[in-house]
Amino acid sequence: MLRFFLRRFAVAVAVALTVLTLAFLLTRVSGDLAISIAGPNATAEDVEAIRIAYGLNRPLWVQYFDWLGRAVQGDFGESYFFRDRVSNLIATRMPVTLTLGFVGLAVALVVSLPLGILAAVREGSWVDRLVGLVAMIGQAMPSFWLGLVLMIVFGLQLAWLPISGNDEWQGYIMPGVVLAFSAIPSLTRLTRSGMIEALASDYIRTARAKGLTRLSILVKHGFRNAAIPVVSIAAVQLGFMLGGSVVIETIFALHGVGYLAWESISKNDFPVVQAVVLVLAIIYIGLTLLADLLNAVLDPRLRTA
Amino acid sequence: MTALLEVRDLRVTIGSTAAVRGTSITVNKGETHCLVGESGCGKSISALSVMGLLPRGSKRETTTLRFAGEEIGSFGEKQMERLRGDRMAMIFQEPMTSLNPAYTVGSQMTEVLRRHRGTPRAQAVDRAAELLARVGITAPGLRLGQYPHQLSGGLRQRVMIAMALMCDPELLIADEPTTALDVTVQAQILRLLATLQKELGLGILLITHDLGVVARIADRVSVMYAGEVVESAPTAALFAAPEHPYTRGLLTCVPVPGKVRRDEPLGSIPGVVPRVSPGFTGCGFRDRCSQAHAACSGTIPRQTVSDGHELLCTLAPGWVAREAA
Repeated sequence: MLRFFLRRFAVAVAVALTVLTLAFLLTRVSGDLAISIAGPNATAEDVEAIRIAYGLNRPLWVQYFDWLGRAVQGDFGESYFFRDRVSNLIATRMPVTLTLGFVGLAVALVVSLPLGILAAVREGSWVDRLVGLVAMIGQAMPSFWLGLVLMIVFGLQLAWLPISGNDEWQGYIMPGVVLAFSAIPSLTRLTRSGMIEALASDYIRTARAKGLTRLSILVKHGFRNAAIPVVSIAAVQLGFMLGGSVVIETIFALHGVGYLAWESISKNDFPVVQAVVLVLAIIYIGLTLLADLLNAVLDPRLRTA
Repeated sequence: MTALLEVRDLRVTIGSTAAVRGTSITVNKGETHCLVGESGCGKSISALSVMGLLPRGSKRETTTLRFAGEEIGSFGEKQMERLRGDRMAMIFQEPMTSLNPAYTVGSQMTEVLRRHRGTPRAQAVDRAAELLARVGITAPGLRLGQYPHQLSGGLRQRVMIAMALMCDPELLIADEPTTALDVTVQAQILRLLATLQKELGLGILLITHDLGVVARIADRVSVMYAGEVVESAPTAALFAAPEHPYTRGLLTCVPVPGKVRRDEPLGSIPGVVPRVSPGFTGCGFRDRCSQAHAACSGTIPRQTVSDGHELLCTLAPGWVAREAA
């Protein structure tokens, strides 16, 4: 178990370092940073002064290790636009994004697990086909479009929920549902196929021969095995949701990390963009690692691998 | 002897296939009844229908399905659930996949007792350990905490047997329990089943296609072909004087020391078991039978050869001897 964990952890660290390097390089190849910071009206002297002030005149590898050294300590420099530490900005915005992500994941699981199990139990019936159809529509529906439709119906016409902002908890409901919709199709389909496979297996026949109740056969013996791939995909989906919150947070004006990313991209605020990309990537890597660990907990055969 | 399990005229259709066509089987208390035949002749389906475990889309009809004196043919799913694992248990051909990979041996074993008897966990664990020891597993305490993938095929089948015995069943149905195992392990498992039967007075319905197994542990044999029992007899009588051409064909396929001569090829039955549709009449074996004649397309008479020896064939009992003479 420990060896398994250490191996996965080493891989995660390697991936994180790669992302750090890429995040650094991408901002450097996207143009002369000093010119974009100085703005369109700056003189050559201004640009030169900025280059020196921000240390951009140093060799690239010096800049890289300087930035890397600070980044691993959580120091991403200062935002050009907000006039604040980047780490402060992210720390204040993160809870909003995380809340949204967890609401989205919770809604997605609550909807897709029962749907997937139901479709598998009634495989080939009209229920199964209906679930398949819903999953397909969900997959085909762009989230910004669904967000706008929900706003019109529940926000304007029915006036049940706030249209934007995160001042009250109700503000998370619509964006959470929209975010969930991106994960529901794949989670439903995965639950369904996993359950169909599990229910056709010999150990389910054994469970039936033991006279266990239908509920115990479905949940304890069937779903327990079908859940293994679902758990890893759910963790990865949460990562997607946190990343995908850039669109949703912008539509619903939730002041989270995604909204921050959108603001800083439009303002050319490179340290913030760089840091947001990095933080989201690291969370994603962390979730993947978590998925591997959960898999090992759920599947005894992996623990000895 | 009282009949523990009595099946009369069992018919199972799966889709457009008549998988079982009027099979009758009786298993007495403390008796081993072997069901033999090639793959696809309806042995497993017969066994599964007794347990109420038929695959979806199958239809079961029977005039009598009596277990321990009680008619269970009309039992609903809930009533069958209560019988299964408690009073009638089943083990399968595939020990490698028949245990749930996600749970320990102990958890899967105790579950049966907790479900049917509501036994507290600690007591159920004691019972599981006792049974593991009984089926010849050393260090039962260690095995209880292990997962199926940590055990060999032979050990898993022993676990399956021990698990089937948790509630002290009266009937054990074993569907080719040794087919997937090494020859040496096969012998151990068969010996174990024979011992357990003597000690516990189990009725065993054993499905096999291995006549060597039959000769060693069966009290009574029923030979199945294309969904019908074509011949049924006490083991000794069947091996001494097989009547049905199919039974005779099966027996020539097995090498018997002292009887088979060197350089003489073993027998074989040309062709395969046909897929029979509902409404099929006549003998299912007639296309492969060397003795087939016109009457084989009509209704086949069920004849009594001697006490307890039944034959489903148009040939009159004793035809072999007469032909040889």
